[in-house]
Parts: sequence; structure tokens; C-alpha cells
Amino acid sequence: MSGNTVISVKDLTKRFGSFTAVDHITFDVKPGEIFGFLGANGAGKTTAMRMLCGLSLPTAGKATVAGLDLYLDAEKIKQKIGYMSQRFSLYEDLTIRENIRFYGGIYGLSNQQIKDKTAEMTSNLKLGKEVDSLVKSLPLGWRQKLSFSVAMVHDPRIVFLDEPTGGVDPITRREFWTLIYEAANKGTTVFVTTHYMDEAEYCSRVSIMVDGRIDAMGSPSELKSKFDAYDMADVFLKLARGAKRSDN
Amino acid sequence: MRQFLFLIKKEFFHVWRDKRTMLILLGMPLMLILIFGFALTNEVKNSRIGVLDKSHDETTRAIIQELEASRYFDLVDNINSEEDLTPAFQSGRIRLAVVFMENFGNELDHGNSAAIQLIGDATDPNVATTLINYASSVIMDYQRRQRAQADLPYSIGTEIRMLYNPQLKGAYNFVPGVMAMVLMLVCAMMTSISIVREREMGTMEVILVSPIVPIRVIMAKLIPYFLLSMINIASILLLSVYVLDVPIKGSLMLLVLECLLFTITVLALGLLISSVAGSQQVAMLASLMGLFLPTVMLSGFMFPVENMPVLLKGLSNVVPSKWFYYIVKNVMIKGLGFENVWKETLILLGMTVFFMTVSVKNFKTRLE
Amino acid sequence: MKAVTVSNIRKSFKSGKAVTEAVRTVSLDVEDGELFGIIGPDGSGKTTLFRILTTLMLADEGTATVDGLDVVKDFREIRRRVGYMPGRFSLYPDLSVEENLTFFATLFNTSIDENYDLVKDIYSQIERFKTRKAGALSGGMKQKLALSCALIHRPTVLFLDEPTTGVDAVSRKEFWELLRNLQKQKITIVVSTPYMDEAGLCDRVALMQQGRILDIDSPQGITKKFFGELWSARAEKMYELMLSLREMQGVVSCYPFGQVHHVVPKKDFNISQAQDEIRAMGFPDIHLAPISPTIEDCFMNLMNHPEGQMTAGNER
Repeated sequence: MSGNTVISVKDLTKRFGSFTAVDHITFDVKPGEIFGFLGANGAGKTTAMRMLCGLSLPTAGKATVAGLDLYLDAEKIKQKIGYMSQRFSLYEDLTIRENIRFYGGIYGLSNQQIKDKTAEMTSNLKLGKEVDSLVKSLPLGWRQKLSFSVAMVHDPRIVFLDEPTGGVDPITRREFWTLIYEAANKGTTVFVTTHYMDEAEYCSRVSIMVDGRIDAMGSPSELKSKFDAYDMADVFLKLARGAKRSDN
Repeated sequence: MRQFLFLIKKEFFHVWRDKRTMLILLGMPLMLILIFGFALTNEVKNSRIGVLDKSHDETTRAIIQELEASRYFDLVDNINSEEDLTPAFQSGRIRLAVVFMENFGNELDHGNSAAIQLIGDATDPNVATTLINYASSVIMDYQRRQRAQADLPYSIGTEIRMLYNPQLKGAYNFVPGVMAMVLMLVCAMMTSISIVREREMGTMEVILVSPIVPIRVIMAKLIPYFLLSMINIASILLLSVYVLDVPIKGSLMLLVLECLLFTITVLALGLLISSVAGSQQVAMLASLMGLFLPTVMLSGFMFPVENMPVLLKGLSNVVPSKWFYYIVKNVMIKGLGFENVWKETLILLGMTVFFMTVSVKNFKTRLE
Repeated sequence: MKAVTVSNIRKSFKSGKAVTEAVRTVSLDVEDGELFGIIGPDGSGKTTLFRILTTLMLADEGTATVDGLDVVKDFREIRRRVGYMPGRFSLYPDLSVEENLTFFATLFNTSIDENYDLVKDIYSQIERFKTRKAGALSGGMKQKLALSCALIHRPTVLFLDEPTTGVDAVSRKEFWELLRNLQKQKITIVVSTPYMDEAGLCDRVALMQQGRILDIDSPQGITKKFFGELWSARAEKMYELMLSLREMQGVVSCYPFGQVHHVVPKKDFNISQAQDEIRAMGFPDIHLAPISPTIEDCFMNLMNHPEGQMTAGNER
């Protein structure tokens, strides 16, 4: 586990009874990377992510996140990371401002910090007066971007995004990735799962999970040449159909 | 600590903004307190009693006056003969009868002892025992005061007879109550949840967009619970008779038919709830609060209805289990026939028709 | 006779004090035997529109017909004729594959055998899982089962609401192949999907966004309407490139599209001039090439210019 990695995983495994959801996965993530985690539904992506977030204890294997051990310091890990998923958004019956206050408070931000963050977000996302509207009255496109911003309210070193762009319109999707780029540029490590193969291209490195194992990992260009594919969708199809190119 | 405060604040928002749940959370305790405080009391007051005075002398009149004066009793019947006792109990007009033998006063003065017979309706053994005790204490009290004045020690003996349930088995009372509760739970709650779940799962949509008349789908849902209830009733009755020694005094056929009727009533109620409940949780809550709880508290099973204030007495008339409880008690424990329960049966029937009609009318053939 | 007609349909929902306009004056037609796609993200009104057409909801305004029948007056007859697959598949997870299919056949007073030829191609792919509980199936298999259940009574019009959402890429492809095959059986198929790339597989599509129709045409027709040119741009430092391109005078919009950025240039766009400019900005490896617009490009164009793609030209 070298010092230059922000996530370090070795033979991480999760079993539910006789079913192995995550099967001995090993990888490292460097600071500031956008690391893409791809795979079909049921391949084990969400389970793996939940382990790294400290939400679920592994059955076997080792891992550190932000230098903290997954088994011993699961709670401390949560302080250092941000999390956002497609399913969980913000609390719909609270206003944006109240949501920020809540999450800011949870992560130990002072009142002043919360105020500053709220102002920052309001101007960055051009919210205007809407910052005091209930989340449920906002259009869906806004909610994704808001969720991301709120997940980042405490400036975490690593942010985990679970299928953050599912179902949003194409412009919002790209605006969302702009936010991801900006965060990565500032040094935040982004760990993202997605269904959209074109989004895989935006990642520094990508890993593809099949049946709980990582069957391919590398930068998009590396994978494309390895699998003789013209884009990531092709890589994925070739892997999924089992037609793998053997390599040394 | 701050974290914690923020958590609390957020939770307040959630609660405050869900007005409907708040109503239940704030209103329910008030309702419970008022009901328990005022209405439901194990203390029995103003219980209806009858007096059979075969003697008609000074002493009996004095004792009767004491009984009348007591707040526990409401003298409603002056019974003229032994034969009139039975119908008085059967019809439920009186819970306790006080019988004075002939020449009560004379016997007392000359023979130094006389007996008063106290006959209680022991289908609810707790109430019967309490009433008997009250009556005994009134009589003892009278006796003490008389003794203090006169020189002659005489004693008034009390003979106690418990009707219908001489062994004062609690089971006699709670078997009908349990039947009502179980049927409420199985039929109303489970049925309503099942229908609402179909809606929540999304399969209801597909069913609606098909030629099948949705009512058939609903009826199909009721049938398994109907059968389940039959099994439940059978097992409760079998257990009561063979394990708890609670006999079925009246006609088994009548009992079973009445149970069937009540089952249908409750199924109709379940349907009604499902037509207004938006989610499974609401269906469950509505069943518990709106049906189960009133069944337990207002049907007469735990607390006698006659002792409740007018408001709650009126409310209990709307609870179908009250009528069912009455019917089952009368048929099973008192061994009465249809002539005694036809009014109540009619009421249940009317309720069933009403619930059915409303739910069918309310049934949404569209999603909104 | 057109399979489906929609005329000025409007529908809003109230939630407390908030009013959401789910469908804002939508009109469209679907020809007999067409494979018609309704393409749009979440919240665009697709599901509400479907529910109005399958007679599950009443519109606030407007009229619609399915198979020549009015959705309000003749809803019972429509319910006999259409097949419907709502989002989330709506199967009984605790019933087996075969039991589910039998149930839906029964709903329509038919049996699996009667119309088996219609569902054979699809059902044969999951038949070996006959006895497995539907809840234990993978996404792709649930999809096929739900489709079989919707077809089992030989409908004239099939409404499929987001049948490919949440399903892996391979199964998605297979599913569309199944749909194309179904078309040969003369069934009109109306499908909704958030995936822009699936639009190309339809005969005609309607692009929907926030309750409004942006355009209706064949996929080729829509892309033809894309005003102006479209260029792809690629360099090593993609994020920085995007920022720089957006600053450039000659650029109307620049959006990331996976491996390349799609750049919409102003009218008098000179490629060699642009390349020099960009190289000078610090991207020596810049590579520009003209490309044909995809449905996604058109959709985004329309989002920015709802009055029509052609009006985008007014900006140049």
C-alpha cells in the first residue's frame, strides 16, 4: 500500500451466504483521479462501493481509504468521504438551504462555513431565490447537480458517486461531468459508477466488473487497444460476450 | 454535539411537514386518555339490576331502597315471578337479580336468619363478581347498622348463583372477543394490505389495462382470507370446547353462520380501507387504529358497554365487533336462539351491505 | 386509420401547494405498424403520456385515440386490445415465470398456447427458467418475461414504458432486435426510453423534454434538421480543451461526447484557422474533424432552441 494512493484494495471479497457478490478485487486509486467503475447490474459494483464507503464490512481482503483501514476505522472514513447515489437525492420536504445546513452540520462545519458554502453553491449553480424552495419542487436536472454539491459540502478528499447521471437529460449529464472535472482538478479523487459508456471515456482509469471480479482495468485508451475496440461500449460488449483477447 | 442538533432539527422538519401523521401522533394519545379516563373502567356503575321480592315487607323494602340508592345499581326491573327471571337475563336487561324469599322479614325476626339470593350474569365473570360483591356489601352494611340498634343478632345469608358460567371462567368472556379480534386482523388488515400492495408494486396498472373486470380481481383476493378465517374460527371453537372447556350452548349452525356473516362484514371493511389508503403503511395503520383498537376497547369485550358514557356508547354502535361479540356471547355462552339475536344480525347485515356498496363505488378504475 | 392519435393533451399534478405540469399540450400521431419511440429523460412526461393513452389516467385537456377508439369513452374496449408494460416491469416476484405468464393470459381470457407463436421467439429464451421465481431473474430476463406477458393476448398496439432502463447493454441490444421482429407481426409498438442512441432503431421518434415535444420525425429526418456544421475535437487534455473551446469566439457550444468533444461552430468557421488558434492555446495535438450529428446532438440543440433546430441559425 504505497503512500501515493488514496484508495488501496487487495483481494476484497464480500459474500452473502453462499453467494459471492465481490470476488477478490484488487486495485489502487491515485489522488485526483477520476476512477470509473463499470459493470452490468448485479456485477457487484454497488456492493464494492458500499464496502469502500464503510457502509458494509468485507468478508475478506484488505483495503484502506484515505489512509484509514476499512475494518478498524470505518466510522472515521465516513468523515473524509462524500457520497451520492442516484436513488438517494436530497430530502424532498426540506429546502435546499436546509439540506445544506443539515449535511454541513453532520460533517462538523461551523455556522459560518455553512453560510459560505450556501452562498458559494447558490452562485455556482445559479440558484437565486430557489435556494429556499423545497427540493421536491425543483426540476430533476437541478437535483443531480445539487446532490453532488451537497456531497462535497465538507470538501472531502474522495467522493463516491453511484450512477449519478441515471435518467437525466443529456445537457445536465454533461454539466454534471463538468462539476466532476472541476472537483478532480482541485485534487478531489472521484470514484464513479455509471451505465453510460461514453462517460467511461471521461475517466482517468476504468475497471470493469463481471460476476464480482474485475475483468479489465486501465485507462480507456489502454483498454481500447487491448480489446481492439473503437470505443468503451465496444470494450464492454466484447467483455460481456466473453470474447476476451488474451494478453500476457 | 452540533451534529446531533442538526439531526434533531431535520427530523422536526420531517415530522412537522407531514401533517397527516402528526394528527395521528398528537390526536391518538388524547383520544386514548379520554377513553380510558372516562369510559373504560373496571368499576361498574349504574349496572342494571332486577329485584324479585316475594315478601314485600318492611325489611325487604329497606334493603331494596339501599340498593337503589347505591350508585352502583340502577334498579330497572321489578320482577314478579321466577319465570320472569330467565328472559330478563337472556335479553340482557339485567346483570344481577336480587331475590328475597317469602316472609323474609318474619323469618329474620323470629328465626334469626334469612337468605337473599344473588343471581349474576356470569358471561362476563369479572363484572358478575364485582356486582355480587357490591350487592353483598350493601346488604352486609345494612345488617351491621341494624345490629347496632337491635339486641337480636340475626344474619342475612346470601346465596350466590352465577348464571351461564358458574365456574366464572374468564375464557367465556374472551373467546368471543378473541374471535372478533382475529377476524379483524386477518380479514380487514391483511386484505387491505394485499390490495394496496398490488397498487404499490405496479401490477395493478397492468391488471387495469386488461379486459378483466377489476372487481373480479378484488374478489379473488378476498377468497383466500375468507377461507383462512373459516379455519381460524374452526380452530378457535375447537380449542375453546376441548381445551378451555367453554361449551357451545346454542346452535352450532347458527354460531357458524353468524361468524360467516361477520367475516364478510370485516372483509368488506378491509376493502373499504384499501380503497382509501394510499400505501401499505396507511392501510395497516388505519386497520389497527380504526378497527382493531376499537374492537378491543369498545366492543364490550374488555370493558362493559353499559358503563361507558353516552358518547362512547354511541361510538361503540358503529363498531361491528360490538354486535358480533353480543351475538356470539348470546349464542355460544347463553345458548340463545335466533329470536334473541335477529336484530343484531340485521345490523351486521346492513353494515356489510353499506361497506360493500361504498367500496365498490369508490373502486378506482383509473390510477388517480 | 392511425394507430394512435394525440391532440393537445395537457396534464398536471398537484402535490400540496406545488403544481407540476407533466404534459404540456402534446400532439402526435402513430401510424399502423410503426415502431415509434418517445425519447426523453426522467420527468419529461413520457410515463404520464403512456398512462393517458392506456386509459389509466384522464388528461386535463385534449383528446386521444388508440386504434380509432377514444381513450375516455371507449376505455374498456381499448383495455381489451392493447398490451402494456409499465416501468419496473410489474411482474409478481413471488410467482414463477410460467405462473406469471399464465396469470396474464388469464386476465385476457386466453391461454399461453393460443398465441404462443407470437411470443415464441421471446419466451423460448427464458423458457428453461420456467419454474424460477420472477424475483430471482436478471434484469434482461425480467424484461423478456414482461414483454411476453404484454404480448400473450395478441394486442394491436403495444405500449412499452422504459423497457430498457436499468438493464445491461447487451440485453438492451437484444431487446430491440426482438422489437424489430415483432413489427413483422403487424403490431404497432410505442416505446419510451431515455437512451438517445436507441432512437435510431425506431421508424419515427418524438423527442420529449419537460412535458413538451421538441420534435417528431424519423431519426434521419431529425438529424438532417441539425442546423449548421458539427465538428469533433480531440486532444490529450480534454477538460482544458473544453474550457478553451468554450471561450473561443467562433464556437457556439462545446460539449463532451466521450472520446471527443462535439463543437458547434459559428457560420463562417474556418477549420485550419481554428486549428492554428487552438494549437496556439496550448493544444499541439489538436485534431478536428467534421461529423454527422446524432440524435443526442439534436436533442441538446432543441433543448437550447425549443422553437426549432432551424432557429439555432439565428444565433450565427
